[in-house]
Amino acid sequence: MTIDAWLKAAVEDAERRGLPALKPLLEALARATAALRAADFNDRADR
Amino acid sequence: MITIEEFGRRLRARQITSAQITDECLQRIDADNPRLNAFIRVTADEARQQARDADREIAAGHDRGPLHGVPISIKDLLDMRGLPTTAASRVREGHVAARDATAIAHLRQAGAVFVGKTNLHEFAFGTTNEDSAFGPARNPHDPSRSPGGSSGGSAASVAAGMALATIGTDTGGSIRIPAAACGLVGLKPSLGEVSIEGVVPLSPTMDHVGPLAQTVADACLVHHALLGDARATLPAPMPLHGLRLAIPRRYFCDLLDVEVRARFDEAIARLRAAGVHIDEIEIHHTAAIAPVYLHIVLSDAAAYHASTLDAVSDRYTPNVRIRLEMGRYVLAEDYVRALAGREVLTREIDAALAQHDALVLPTMPIPAPALGATAVQVGDATEPVRNVMLRLTQPFNVTGHPAISIPSGRTSSGLPCAMQLVGCRMQTDALLKVALACEPQITPESPRSGNVGG
Repeated sequence: MTIDAWLKAAVEDAERRGLPALKPLLEALARATAALRAADFNDRADR
Repeated sequence: MITIEEFGRRLRARQITSAQITDECLQRIDADNPRLNAFIRVTADEARQQARDADREIAAGHDRGPLHGVPISIKDLLDMRGLPTTAASRVREGHVAARDATAIAHLRQAGAVFVGKTNLHEFAFGTTNEDSAFGPARNPHDPSRSPGGSSGGSAASVAAGMALATIGTDTGGSIRIPAAACGLVGLKPSLGEVSIEGVVPLSPTMDHVGPLAQTVADACLVHHALLGDARATLPAPMPLHGLRLAIPRRYFCDLLDVEVRARFDEAIARLRAAGVHIDEIEIHHTAAIAPVYLHIVLSDAAAYHASTLDAVSDRYTPNVRIRLEMGRYVLAEDYVRALAGREVLTREIDAALAQHDALVLPTMPIPAPALGATAVQVGDATEPVRNVMLRLTQPFNVTGHPAISIPSGRTSSGLPCAMQLVGCRMQTDALLKVALACEPQITPESPRSGNVGG
């Protein structure tokens, strides 16, 4: 799942659950997840 | 307030009793707790009884060791039999602990006197102590400021002379941050060394139990009691000449308040002048520290709180509830990446310590922030308070290395600054020997002058 797709789904779910205050936190988490996925210690199936 | 070491000397010389020092602490609580809100529950009657029992034992020749008769406060996250463990949350209304946490049982065996249970950031999930069902604890050095967190009430209790030492927990810095904010020594031991059984968890693979105290020696004595080694005596400090420390400047010294940096540089200069060899080193993968920490702590906390978030969400403070909810959105694949990153970071710190006795770095990039502040200016940057406060402590919760925060002076407005020493995994005693040696150079004032009670 891409981070953009995850963030869109997460924000929609939070709004559906009546938690709009989650949106900025989810955006911050998305930035942290992007940094985590970009780290050079991650393994990939094609290398 | 008198240190544990000095109290022990005077107790055994029959110059003071546990009842006297306990009464002194209880009087300080009566006088100052209304403005500092350090305690959730004061156990005055029980403490006086424990103190009388301790004095009777000493008179009968039964000496339990360095903590015998010592008044100590306990973060209200640890179970004490017969008392509620609130975790500063309405979620736990009605709870009463059936038995002591292992760490508490060890302290009881060591003869400690429990004066009460201290305020904290709700469920230990925050760095300021502002989000508590019992209201914020306040910093004795400036009550308009946070005492740090999550063990903020604990730190305030010792800094204000309401206890000789306190027990905190540390998942991202919750012992070392309030120790730094309140001018105390705070020890996060090596991961897994002190039992977390009977402690309300935040992230079980990063939770630590440890002491906040007035001096390194006192922290050492309490640490050994927590381990069940009540009769342990102080080790000899490591000789300063020949000691090898390392400063990891990049990342760890990039973002510092100007006065925190000045106090750090001054302490480093004093250590060098005393004969300590200090290298500058590089630690790699530091960009991964915060993301790794965040994905692990959010996932662990969300798992523990899932059922109460669904059933009684209104009983959480709003800020803690919303952060706990965030953890329910972490993907499994990213949690696994964080675990891989944790291994990498652990090896990085191991490598940095291979040729050195300890790392040395600031504890908190800023002095204690104002209550209510959500962002703070550090140099040219405006940063979220929480991120800044965690920045230099959370790496060692991820990796499990023992770390101790030691006061390093004050800002021009009198707020404490602090620096950390970080040692090899499962070698907390070796770190304490280094800290005992370095403390006189790091702390440019008498430990007792840091006390602001009374």
